[in-house]
Amino acid sequence: MDHLDQLEAQSIYIFREAFARLKKIALLWSLGKDSNVMIWLARKAFFGKMPFPALHVDTGKKFPEMYRFRDHYGKEWDLDLRVEPCPPIDAVDPTLPPAARSAARKTEGLKMALGKFGFDGLIAGIRRDEEATRAKERVFSPRGLEGNWDVRDQPPEFWDHFNASPPQGAHLRIHPILHWTEADIWAYTKRENIPIIPLYLSQNGKRYRSLGDQDITNPVASTASSIDEILIELEQTKVPERAGRALDHETEDAFERLRVAGYL
Amino acid sequence: MNMIVTPASPATPNGTTRPQVRIVIVGHVDHGKSTLVGRLLHETGSLPDGKLEMLKAVSARRGMPFEWSFLLDALQTERDQGITIDTTQIRFRTNSRDIVLIDAPGHAEFLRNMITGASQADGAVLIIDALEGVRDQTRRHGYLLHLLGVKQVAVVVNKMDRVDFSADRFKEISDEISAHLNGLGVKPTAVIPISARDGDGVAERTDRIGWYKGPTVVEALDQLEPARPLEALALRLPVQAIYKFDDRRIVAGRIESGSLIAGDEIVIMPAGKIAKIKSVESWPVTPVAGRQGAGRSVGITLDRELFIERGDIVAHAGSAPRETRRLRARIFWLHDRPLAKGDQLLVRCGPKESRATVVAIEKAVDPGELSSSENKAIGRNHVGEIDISLSNSIATDPYTENPRTGRLVIEVSGRIAGGGLVLSVDAGQRAVPVDIVPVESALRPDERSARYRHNGAVVWLTGLPASGKSTLAKALERRLFTNGGLPILLDGDTLRAGLNSDLGFSTADRSENIRRLAEVATHLARNGHIAIVAAVSPARQDRATARRIADTTFREIHVATPAEVCEERDPKGHYKKARAGALASFTGIGNDYEVPQAAELVIDTSARTVTEAADEIERMLKATGVLFDEVVDLAANI
Repeated sequence: MDHLDQLEAQSIYIFREAFARLKKIALLWSLGKDSNVMIWLARKAFFGKMPFPALHVDTGKKFPEMYRFRDHYGKEWDLDLRVEPCPPIDAVDPTLPPAARSAARKTEGLKMALGKFGFDGLIAGIRRDEEATRAKERVFSPRGLEGNWDVRDQPPEFWDHFNASPPQGAHLRIHPILHWTEADIWAYTKRENIPIIPLYLSQNGKRYRSLGDQDITNPVASTASSIDEILIELEQTKVPERAGRALDHETEDAFERLRVAGYL
Repeated sequence: MNMIVTPASPATPNGTTRPQVRIVIVGHVDHGKSTLVGRLLHETGSLPDGKLEMLKAVSARRGMPFEWSFLLDALQTERDQGITIDTTQIRFRTNSRDIVLIDAPGHAEFLRNMITGASQADGAVLIIDALEGVRDQTRRHGYLLHLLGVKQVAVVVNKMDRVDFSADRFKEISDEISAHLNGLGVKPTAVIPISARDGDGVAERTDRIGWYKGPTVVEALDQLEPARPLEALALRLPVQAIYKFDDRRIVAGRIESGSLIAGDEIVIMPAGKIAKIKSVESWPVTPVAGRQGAGRSVGITLDRELFIERGDIVAHAGSAPRETRRLRARIFWLHDRPLAKGDQLLVRCGPKESRATVVAIEKAVDPGELSSSENKAIGRNHVGEIDISLSNSIATDPYTENPRTGRLVIEVSGRIAGGGLVLSVDAGQRAVPVDIVPVESALRPDERSARYRHNGAVVWLTGLPASGKSTLAKALERRLFTNGGLPILLDGDTLRAGLNSDLGFSTADRSENIRRLAEVATHLARNGHIAIVAAVSPARQDRATARRIADTTFREIHVATPAEVCEERDPKGHYKKARAGALASFTGIGNDYEVPQAAELVIDTSARTVTEAADEIERMLKATGVLFDEVVDLAANI
């Protein structure tokens, strides 16, 4: 087994555990490279059919290419797609810096979707190497009744044994690709021939490393116009993946505050 | 939190795979662990570019001489800030091995971290300060290695420069630690004098330790054996789920050890059901050809419809895991409330979960103090050995035979509260493990069969109460005896009067009743008897257990008399009592009798006479090789 085989087998194991041990789960589809890999892995885990909904919590501010991708592959992959809107910006904590406040709409939209469907598990495509607070995550991460994350009281998790009993009304975040890196995602996308949104590839000397909302995501300088070139670029770059994400740079703890409150 | 992702097999330039050994470094806090790690990384050329310069700058800024330990501290800071998972495992290479160094830092959280990481170590390095010698903590760490089952331990006696490289001092420490470890059943693979700071004995044997003839630290690491590759162990595929998304019925799970391929004969434990792998399914291409090995998440289909549950284990017939309701485990406890005898728990072995009761706490140790507690409860961050009885049968292996299936976690209120290693599994109800050496019979099976004109067999009559099992059994017994055979009747109720008088009628006790009946019957069959068992044995799983115990000697006869006929007969008056509500747990009224699906013979006694039924049984026994048609060369065997 090579490195990608091992990552794949581990993620499939996690998917199957989540499906077996929770009553009602959904996969959060942000349309980006990570959640596309997740859907691919889920279809591997369940032999072609993802047996739970894909939930897109839609800010309404994604790139047109992303909406086109969603509408096309939602059908082609035979997904049970649920698109849920986010509340307007006025409904969000005004003390947050602008980009974080904009992003926090997603947290609120997520809470509304949770309330509407009663999911007890949400599968999310975060990775440890993306960002420092994500590195501290568990694979099965309990959330409080308000969707909040108590980083100081996380349950022990070892030997692929996961805690899967959320308190009544609360939910779990399940992270099947927590142990992957950005380079792993691209290498696997290439190997499996998973479709991607063209915004990831260089145009006019720039490309997106990470895709969020239009108003708070910026491209980085890059000449990588194929996955092979992206992989070479990743080996050499010292620019962090989320460099183009405005909210990460507003205040030191902006991201941590968002995550504790339930953001991905 | 460590999540150990097995790294891909690293390949050498010529395409061969280097063995990978996981080691943990332990020892008293000031005895030089960090310095040794820094030195090892440096001397094996494993430090990233610029790291050495960075350490020099850090040391200079603090106005200190060069300090290796800043390397590990820096890595710890990185981890505290949560950079990546890889920093919890430091990698370097010796001549022939890739070493994965599992760091087990910290005091308060030592146990939690060490257990998580080091329970997967193949070996350990125990470090001792030459001046201070063996300290309490050295002994504690030795104990923890023993607890974790780490058998390969290289001891290094560090800071030899502080005792003028005295061979006498080295021998003193060497003798003391060897005696301690030997007492725990751990034999040191080497005891090495070193000065980690200056490099003596780490990668090179310097003049200052010229009197020492053994290996350097790097050489000692080079000799540690990697754990047996999981693929070389017996097949274990714990079932995560059964999927029926289309016309395939797929058994899904991860191969924890061994390998499988379509066509393999398998057994599903704990029930002991037998099947063949029809295909290995996948997506987007299916089925997949070729052998699938440990680590793969797979899906298989079988050649027959069997009732399989999450938590069952698929294994190869002949190398199946043990089935048990009782086991002994060495555990570590992380919950605030101490674990005590009588506690009710949820135990998970892979995907299998079972309610469990702590029957006994044999040892309860604070690894910090290394003292056994008097009250025999296991406190938070303490360790111990416990006996647990499980409400369901599970299939498991002692961890020495299979590290993947031989471990468990314990849940309290939906949260993991502890975990540990399966030391031994006990198929019976024995409280204390004892050495058992079964004594073989003086006679060979063919000597017996020549005399009695039949092979040993277990003839298992199952059916509703009053279906006619005992009547048939007695008729068969008389018939076989008349023909010179050696039949023996084992009636369920009769055995309940003695051997099984301790058992009630709970589901668990009924299972145990059947298990004992099967054991006794099988013993008789192996010694040439035809053991005729007449027992309702309503649970399919219990009969499957009996079949597994009796193996090829088992012949199942379903006495399939219609329920209304049985109730009308009611020779013991049981139906009447049950209808009146005076007989709890009575099989027959209600739907708890599970009809056999693959019995060797089905007989409806309402449709034929006892003689006809006995004829039919006799024919079946002939057809299946239990009874011989005629005497074959008796003289040759007597």
